[in-house]
Amino acid sequence: MKKRMGLPKAYLVFLLLAMYLPIVLVVIYSFNVSKLSSVWTGTTLNWYRALFRDRDMFEALRNSLVLATVSSCAAAVIGTLGAFGASRVKLPFSGSMEYLSMLPIMIPEIILGMVFLAFFSLIGLPFGMTTLIIAHTAFNIPYVFLMVKARLAGFDNSLYDAARDLGAGEVRTFLDITLPLIFPAILSGMLLSFAMSFDDVIISVFVTGVNTNTLPIKIYSQIKTGVTPKTNALCSLLFAATVLLGFLSVIASRGGKRQKNKKTEE
Amino acid sequence: MNRGRRRSSVIAVLPMYLFTLAFVLGPLIYMLFLSFESRSGQWGVTADFTLRNYTRIAEPLFMKTFWNSTKLALISTVFVLLIGYPFGYFMARLSKKWRSVCMLLLIIPFWTSALMRLYGWIIFFRANGVLDTLLMKIGLIDRPLKLLYSYPSVVVGMVYVLLPFMIYSVYASAEKLDWRLVEAARDLGASRFGAFRTVSLPLTAPGIFSGVILTFVPSMGLYFLADILGGNKTILVGNLIYEQLMKIHDWPFAAAISVVLLLLTSIFLFAYRRITKSDLEGLV
Repeated sequence: MKKRMGLPKAYLVFLLLAMYLPIVLVVIYSFNVSKLSSVWTGTTLNWYRALFRDRDMFEALRNSLVLATVSSCAAAVIGTLGAFGASRVKLPFSGSMEYLSMLPIMIPEIILGMVFLAFFSLIGLPFGMTTLIIAHTAFNIPYVFLMVKARLAGFDNSLYDAARDLGAGEVRTFLDITLPLIFPAILSGMLLSFAMSFDDVIISVFVTGVNTNTLPIKIYSQIKTGVTPKTNALCSLLFAATVLLGFLSVIASRGGKRQKNKKTEE
Repeated sequence: MNRGRRRSSVIAVLPMYLFTLAFVLGPLIYMLFLSFESRSGQWGVTADFTLRNYTRIAEPLFMKTFWNSTKLALISTVFVLLIGYPFGYFMARLSKKWRSVCMLLLIIPFWTSALMRLYGWIIFFRANGVLDTLLMKIGLIDRPLKLLYSYPSVVVGMVYVLLPFMIYSVYASAEKLDWRLVEAARDLGASRFGAFRTVSLPLTAPGIFSGVILTFVPSMGLYFLADILGGNKTILVGNLIYEQLMKIHDWPFAAAISVVLLLLTSIFLFAYRRITKSDLEGLV
């Protein structure tokens, strides 16, 4: 059948351009001399310079990095072990437990924010980095879990059995056989949850303390109260970081696919 | 060996189950309790049992918010479906190399802060902003449209933020589609559209379902979107919850609204699971 793809391709290109339009606008206006983003008065790097002098901004950046790193690592450990265990044993309540564990990414985020706010103040946990990390770990676990689970579904059990027959212990087998095979899935789950955590504003607003700002919270309040091109500069730098992260994850998943292909060839 | 395997598996799932019990189930149960309690003083809550929070939701003011929010969610979902379905479908027909290029190009904006992307739309929509200047230059309009803080700009923002979910879902099921079936239908005399309607559309229906769920469910809670693009109007149930929590400090009422919202979304999720009997496709 002859594929007529002219029009469809034009549609794909058009929509992709539309998706990048707001991002491009933000980046362009970060070089604008004028403080008002509606008029263009010339190019400057001043906003970037101002950004690098802003102490609060670095504080928020540091918080966001710590938060995203800790919560995605915690989710990687908990989610991977969870998916691994769940794939091998059926407990009487494991179906509903699994459903509950996935809830944080299935219900509207605002509900999660609300319940965390109420719950943390009930148990008297001081709002700040600790509460942020717990909340973010809760919605990061599902991403890792689902990715690792999908990977384990096509897992060859004979490898595992062979290792066990040859006398390796449970832990040793997991570390030597299972972990290397599912590692690409863990890595892409982690990257995804890192991105989600780094970007989250809905839940963070509820569970953060008065003195703990993350970058999205800071940007949100700036957009609400009045933006300067400094916000554009910050967003542009974040965008550059995202592009980098995107490429890294592609490389990671390429590695995974290659491994998978090798396995099917053998 | 079998027992050792069982034991180690149980130990492996334990952290996740404990975490879920403590920080997902626990908070949700507390929310349920809270919704039956009543507010006291500036911040406090009195432990009693009342249905007042729920009957308050039935008041016209709050019902209107629920209705408007649902309406906005429906409008956005329809647009997302109409725009996103062809994209996911066409994307699945590309060659392997172009498919992965396309996927990367999609992932990057999706991973870019939603705030930044919405802020870009502010620049685009604001009075005398990019859109106004452009339209005035080509002479379509002679004065600024002032689209920012209007309903259309909220819909655009909503569609824009939620579009990737639909595209992924449709793409995930279109990718698995056996195109030989479409060819067969064409060979047997079906028109281009006929083949699409009888073969492709039913086979990609699961993707449509999960796309609709993934669009509709979060759209009720995106309070910051309505806040940024819609001005300070309370348009979404999410804004209502946010206000009750952070400004009015009526936690029990906020909890009751959340319970109702949770029930509404659960109905959708449940229906979805019954229809497709699977996890959310294309979610990750």
